[in-house]
Amino acid sequence: MALVGAEPIDVHALLDSVSESSSGATVLFLGSVRRGPDDGPVASIEYTAYVEMAEQEFGRILMEARDRWPAARCVARHQIGTVLAGRASIAVAAAAPHRREAFDAARWVVDQAKVRLPIWKREQFDDGRRSWREA
Amino acid sequence: MQRGGPEASRLSVRCRFFARYAEMVGCDTYRLAVPSGATVADAVATVRERLRGATGLPADPMVAVNREHARSDRVLTEGDEVAFLPPLAGG
Repeated sequence: MALVGAEPIDVHALLDSVSESSSGATVLFLGSVRRGPDDGPVASIEYTAYVEMAEQEFGRILMEARDRWPAARCVARHQIGTVLAGRASIAVAAAAPHRREAFDAARWVVDQAKVRLPIWKREQFDDGRRSWREA
Repeated sequence: MQRGGPEASRLSVRCRFFARYAEMVGCDTYRLAVPSGATVADAVATVRERLRGATGLPADPMVAVNREHARSDRVLTEGDEVAFLPPLAGG
């Protein structure tokens, strides 16, 4: 499964791919397009990526997670293209024998993805305005 | 020491622009000829001179060469892919 792609995120496929009978804990993180009071009337976000580099970097992050938490299994995916408000743009699943490793690994992968993946987003508002949003 | 004629003293790299930077310069890719021994900083300066709209690029933008982050003093080689990366904003 590509780590970065235009297909909607298949949560069940991610969970299936980390599922193992030795795992007592599974954490699923979904980062979704937000339409909160501080964000304005965001209808959707259009994500663009330097796909080749983002794939490479995401793979590297997952390998580093494996080194940090050898007992944990992590998978992840970032959707690009248009993602509607309320829908997930990034997902990370982590399974481990115990919950602490699963939580820690999932959180670390998400945090790294936010700062290392060459991905950009442009918000589209209800009135049709579009605006690049930089972290 | 360079050998050969003027052709041998230049090399060609492929510049790529993303997101806001692509809008700014009006293209996704641009083939750039630079002198042999040119660095990332030289490529950035040349792009800023040649491409309409590129003066809006930072003087020292985040750049990746062949999909790896690169410092401004990195020396380029023939066929390198030089990517101009706006501040990252995934997630």
